[in-house]
Amino acid sequence: MGTYSTNEFRGGLKLMIDGDPCSIIENEFVKPGKGQAFCRVKLRNLKSGKVYERTYKSGESVEAADVMDTEMQFLYSDGEQWHFMEPESFEQHAVSETAMAETAKWLKGQEECLVTLWNGVPLSVAAPNFVELAVTDTDPGVRGDTSGGGGKPATLETGAVVRVPLFVNIDDLLKVDTRTGEYVSRVKN
Amino acid sequence: MLCDDWRPTASIENVRLRAELLARTRQFFAARDVLEVETPLLSVATASDPHLQSFVTRYNGPGLPPDTLFYLQTSPEAAMKRLLAAGSGSIYQVCKAFRDGESGTHHNPEFTMLEWYRVGFDHFTLMDEVEALVKTLLDLDCEFEKMSYQAIFERYLGLDPHRAPLDDLMRCANDSGISIDLNEIETERDGWLDLLMSHLIEPHLGQSAPLFIYDYPASQAALAKVRPGEVALAERFELYITGVELANGYHELCDDDEFSRRFEQDTLQRKNNGGFVPGINHRLSAALESGLPESAGVALGFDRLLMLAAGRDSISGVVIFTVANA
Repeated sequence: MGTYSTNEFRGGLKLMIDGDPCSIIENEFVKPGKGQAFCRVKLRNLKSGKVYERTYKSGESVEAADVMDTEMQFLYSDGEQWHFMEPESFEQHAVSETAMAETAKWLKGQEECLVTLWNGVPLSVAAPNFVELAVTDTDPGVRGDTSGGGGKPATLETGAVVRVPLFVNIDDLLKVDTRTGEYVSRVKN
Repeated sequence: MLCDDWRPTASIENVRLRAELLARTRQFFAARDVLEVETPLLSVATASDPHLQSFVTRYNGPGLPPDTLFYLQTSPEAAMKRLLAAGSGSIYQVCKAFRDGESGTHHNPEFTMLEWYRVGFDHFTLMDEVEALVKTLLDLDCEFEKMSYQAIFERYLGLDPHRAPLDDLMRCANDSGISIDLNEIETERDGWLDLLMSHLIEPHLGQSAPLFIYDYPASQAALAKVRPGEVALAERFELYITGVELANGYHELCDDDEFSRRFEQDTLQRKNNGGFVPGINHRLSAALESGLPESAGVALGFDRLLMLAAGRDSISGVVIFTVANA
């Protein structure tokens, strides 16, 4: 089993902590005066979804989680589980609601997602960085104000709600950044 | 995609601010008759402090054996003390210092240090001068506060840092939700004090007004004088402003035998940690033997000062190119 030095810590790195695979959310280097340096790490337990903090002596090594990121295509959801397929082997994987977390609201089908497997079990799913989804509901735009300040909420076909500029209408196709949940642009139909 | 990392991480406005604060720093010391000096960044000796890691390079050329090993200074302390011992009187310097392994919100492995030494001062008179300088550079008019290391631990943790048993320090860390493997630093009392200080105390320091902490545990003296007593205390201080550690000063150790003893302790600790062990700085030792005047000295992180002046949360907002795009 490999290890990572605290010097390699960065967002997204997967570690084994107390027997559970975890993903680093944030890593802060702290060093008081002339003293010992520490890494203060914010982690997400990939099995439970729980977020917690942990401190390491700077330079220490921590066991790496034996996880694999695999590109898979989203097929469908049966209401309880989300089904994905590996494009090469056609092998299918069922993903639980906990593992889907926030990702579910961006997917309608066919998307290529990065699925993190641990011992063959899906732990988490990352949506494509950008998705294109149609607007199913939003208030009519306010005439005259095109400055882009303010904006309004819009519901997309997957149920996700994003803030959009006032000129956006129902049935518009929007490009959205799934990492920030922010509107990027309108896409020509 | 077009690469954009050629750009400075600091705004041009903050590049100008750096120049302005440097000019005001030089005015401050000129008015007080403190001499500006320049000492080498490269030295064949380096600090023995167990928590400092030096960059190493080699010289090939006339005058010295092939592949002579040089360190990039972790601070100008040794060179400036040699100058003091030679009779320079009070001196200051603005220079680069280098520390391997230190990178973060408040750290860059290469950074600008303002270091100065005042002949005839002790750590209290020097704190007053640091206050005067920082007030000038940050345009502050509030009074700075002073609290001992002991008082600050009592205020925030209800612990006596000098007398509390190690178990109490460990329990305090665990009860406060700090999650760290116990065996990592359990044998080092100072390691636990550092953990409590950095996680539970520092974020509160200097929030209402800038705060000096003074009289550190003797085990954290570095090259400060230790004052004997029921609990021996290091005549060392640090300045905190809004949780940022800005300056570290000493009433300077002048005794060369004590200097050698501290070097031995540092060496022992480095060996225990399995780290690199540098040799003693013979020229600094000889300078101390010849006689360092009674003095106090302080190092101030100039980039952090700029960070505070510019109202930025991260050093990358004021360092023109950080290690990530140097």
